[in-house]
Amino acid sequence: MTTTTYNKPLPIDNVSARPFWAHAKEGRLVVQHCDVCGHLHFPPGPVCPACLADKQSFQQVSGRGTLVSWVHFHRAYWDGFQGDLPYNVCLVRLAEGPIIISNLVGELPEKLRAGVGVTVVFDAVSEALTLPRFKLD
Amino acid sequence: MTMGDLKELRNKIAVVGVGNTAYGNFPEIEDYGLGAQAFSRALDDCGLERDQIDGLLVCRVPYYARMGEVLGVHPRWTATMPPHGRMSGMGIIEAMMALQCGAAQYVALIYTNIGRSRRVTYGGEDASSFWDPWGFTSPGGAHAMMFRMHMEQYGTTTRQLAEVSVAFRKHAILYPDAIMKKPITIDDHETAKFIVEPLRLLDYCLISDGATCLIMTTADRARDLRKRPVLISGVGAKDDYHDASVLNFAQDCWYGPLQKVAQESYEMAGVSPADVSALMCYDNFSPTVLFSLEGLGFCKRGESGPYVEGGTLALGGKLPTNTDGGHLSNTYMQGWAHNIEAVRQLRGECGARQVPDCKVVQFVQATPCTRSIVYTLG
Repeated sequence: MTTTTYNKPLPIDNVSARPFWAHAKEGRLVVQHCDVCGHLHFPPGPVCPACLADKQSFQQVSGRGTLVSWVHFHRAYWDGFQGDLPYNVCLVRLAEGPIIISNLVGELPEKLRAGVGVTVVFDAVSEALTLPRFKLD
Repeated sequence: MTMGDLKELRNKIAVVGVGNTAYGNFPEIEDYGLGAQAFSRALDDCGLERDQIDGLLVCRVPYYARMGEVLGVHPRWTATMPPHGRMSGMGIIEAMMALQCGAAQYVALIYTNIGRSRRVTYGGEDASSFWDPWGFTSPGGAHAMMFRMHMEQYGTTTRQLAEVSVAFRKHAILYPDAIMKKPITIDDHETAKFIVEPLRLLDYCLISDGATCLIMTTADRARDLRKRPVLISGVGAKDDYHDASVLNFAQDCWYGPLQKVAQESYEMAGVSPADVSALMCYDNFSPTVLFSLEGLGFCKRGESGPYVEGGTLALGGKLPTNTDGGHLSNTYMQGWAHNIEAVRQLRGECGARQVPDCKVVQFVQATPCTRSIVYTLG
């Protein structure tokens, strides 16, 4: 039996962000919700940036959004990405407001344009880690 | 002076001495050694004695107290800035305020960088963030993301972006201390290898070893020194941390903060963009220059691409910018060398790269901490 080790960077272990990764593993995309003023924000932090309340929860979002921008990395800043070059990274505005950085999956058209619709997919890249990624609508 | 009104500081504080080391790859010199060399040259430049320095601001220097020990400088005011490419404008404004309120009489601002010889990459393990698992990293990645947005919103092209790198390279060739000496064309830019597409190698700053030193004092004290003082006539400041989780990124490419610092600094100095003889523009990546031109009002929003076409930013063009070659072709001293160049241009010390009739020089940094400084000759 061969074991392949996942050699790309893992999430930084951050107490505020842990639930996000746990939800992703279960196939849910969540953002942080302020239980006092209702503000939605991402990535997760210790208090609400709108009202400073520390009573916050995670709210599942629709998983739909629009493509704001995208780039292709031709340089591997981590060895684990060497075999993927060039790989894409996208910036998505979720329908609920917050922005998220992720990757586009699936075939990309010759002429990609900002503003197109995208939908989340869940990519279990290792036993421990599931990355929310996006496919073009 | 009313509380919070920086306008009262117009022309009150001067840069009186500047110095820099050679720039390049110096594995055999420690950062404190580079800092000491720049400090000695700045002292020579203004004619002050070492023991007159009673304020010390350091940036990217590992330990301020060791710097003081190495230099034999034991000030009454010390400040230390993190090694981020936005601290030059901030540091100069901090020193201005310290001098104005009498916390110190003569401040030395020392910056050192040994990133070239020590192989700093500014991405991956060097700059961990929340987005690492998706492979998103490095300030260049963020600038590529912003430039794509600019391309999509305004139709800006990479050939227009190339004008920035081409102009600055021309300047570096005329500046003996600058690292990059090979002429480049727009086509060279278009065929350079991608780093984070749409940005190519020639859109990226250098990574270099070196050090700089500025010495500042009040305009009154400056009169007794070796050279004509260069006055800080206007400053503007605005921080925007909305998107700080994405290092070096702003959804509006800092248009809002740039407009604010432009208004503040032009109003304080009593000048407008039309009066600016030369611009020293923070250029960690070439798109920042386009964003800065729009936010400062040199052109309309979205029109920086057409504006820079045809050599606008080169010597002899409408707005000579980064006449030392900037971060793209001189050296990566994170804005500090830009401010030194502003001083030398106003003094008329720039030889082949001198801007004729140079009266007003502006420094700008479009970063999460956006700053503008307008300099004039005292």
